[in-house]
Amino acid sequence: MQIHDNPTLKAEARNLNFFYGEAKALKNINMPIYDKKVTALIGPSGCGKSTYLRSFNRMHDLYPGNRYEGEIRFFPDNTNLLAAEVDPIEVRMRIGMVFQKPNPFPKSIFENVAYGLRVRGENNKRVLDDKVEHALKGAAIWDEVKDRLADLASNLSGGQQQRLCIARALATDPELLLFDEPTSALDPIATGAIEELIHELKKRVTILIVTHNMQQAARVSDYTAYMFLGEMVEFGKTDEIFIKPKDKRTEDYITGRMG
Amino acid sequence: MSANNSSGLPQVSDRLAYNAMRNWRERLIEGLLLAAAAVSVLTTLGIVYVLVSESVHFFAKVSIVDFLTDTQWTPLFDDAHFGIMVLISGTLVSSFVALAVAIPMGTIIAIYLSEFADSRVREVAKPILELLGGIPTIVFGYFALLVVTPILQTIFPSLPGFSLLSAGLVMGIMIVPYVASLSEDAMRAVPMSMREGAYAMGSTKLYTAIHVVVPAAVSGLAASYILGISRAVGETMILAVAAGMQPNLTWNPMEQAATITSYIVQVALGDLPHGSIGYQTIFAAGLTLLMITLLFNILGQWLRAKYREAY
Repeated sequence: MQIHDNPTLKAEARNLNFFYGEAKALKNINMPIYDKKVTALIGPSGCGKSTYLRSFNRMHDLYPGNRYEGEIRFFPDNTNLLAAEVDPIEVRMRIGMVFQKPNPFPKSIFENVAYGLRVRGENNKRVLDDKVEHALKGAAIWDEVKDRLADLASNLSGGQQQRLCIARALATDPELLLFDEPTSALDPIATGAIEELIHELKKRVTILIVTHNMQQAARVSDYTAYMFLGEMVEFGKTDEIFIKPKDKRTEDYITGRMG
Repeated sequence: MSANNSSGLPQVSDRLAYNAMRNWRERLIEGLLLAAAAVSVLTTLGIVYVLVSESVHFFAKVSIVDFLTDTQWTPLFDDAHFGIMVLISGTLVSSFVALAVAIPMGTIIAIYLSEFADSRVREVAKPILELLGGIPTIVFGYFALLVVTPILQTIFPSLPGFSLLSAGLVMGIMIVPYVASLSEDAMRAVPMSMREGAYAMGSTKLYTAIHVVVPAAVSGLAASYILGISRAVGETMILAVAAGMQPNLTWNPMEQAATITSYIVQVALGDLPHGSIGYQTIFAAGLTLLMITLLFNILGQWLRAKYREAY
């Protein structure tokens, strides 16, 4: 891992708090996200890691009663993603997301990948063909689907559907890609394919991934953050977190004494 | 489960013994459930039997070709004609007008309730909407005749006092709640994860509704439309009151005409002798109506199977 170079900031949470109604789910989180690196969020169920992830693309705005406090700065333009005057739709145009369960749309394989481009008003057949192919190659699924782009996406296997969802997110060239436990519904072989893909992807995009699989965090990430009860307990380079954690709670979790 | 029997528990072999009483009770309940299910199936079969057996007498006197091609429907005249197309045209025109109202409006209301309205609005609006479906159709019929027709006459002065247009429009309003309610159920059944996927791609609510939720719910939407069609084709009272009962082969909604159902009401109210040809027309017309609704139901089943979405 080439962590000795000085990484540039892609995003940074500053004093981030989050409330589901009255319940405080994130407590004063401060954390950097480095450009073209993979950052993993680990922690026991209910620790707030998905809540934190979903703050980046303002998914919480979809439901009433949710409230953010603090900032998530997004670089290079240094905007606060959570500011009231920032349009969540514009945020989601720049930040892609891959979900826990593959959620392809009830459309063809091609139209699934073209979806984000069409949302952005792109209807030129040549441009769409080009970008869809590029995205499918980027998600390492092109060879499997190139002869049946018109088939319904729901006919693909779970692992293929998830890679299709990655291609869908990649097609619009996001700056940051959020993964919310992307392999928890997949078998070990499909999981391996996704992990390999994440390795490839970090050359072109910054990645933030939630996982409850610590081996996965160790395998795919450059940085790891351990969260517990809505707090950011420890953040650091992945090998340091796993080899010599500074906080007792982190150590308990990664050695399996808690979690 | 210990071998020690001092606790008073029966021995294992006893506990696994065949329980004849329980088995008998299960069968009894199964029989009762089957009987309940059989009531509706047998009723349907009975209706079909009556319609077919009476129609056989009718078609012994009138050829099927005449029935389908004659352009007059005058079964009670001395010069009797039995052209069912006259009644079918009224049924189809009024149904078309009704569906032109009910399908777009029902779908738009469903999209609003399912995708845009917040839960408090939905909890109030949906029961009120469904209440609209509980209004007796005779009330809708007089609403069409006494309120809608005069309003339409100010726009179209040539509109007669009875018209397919007025009856069809009101019939459409009557059907809206059925279409809206079932469509809304279908759209709400689309998993949230699919919507989140669409929002995460930067779509607006409207784009998500039209490009993701509606396609995902298409089999349910088709089912609601088919129900709407069946309601429209079978609707009787509104047409009997507001569309006039004059048999009239027309495709123009601005005219008055009888439909299959309103003809049946009209004849049934008269005093036709049992077994006369006029009496038998009721059954031939009823059978035609049954065939039309059956056709749409089969079409609906086929559409649902074709577009069934697994998520």
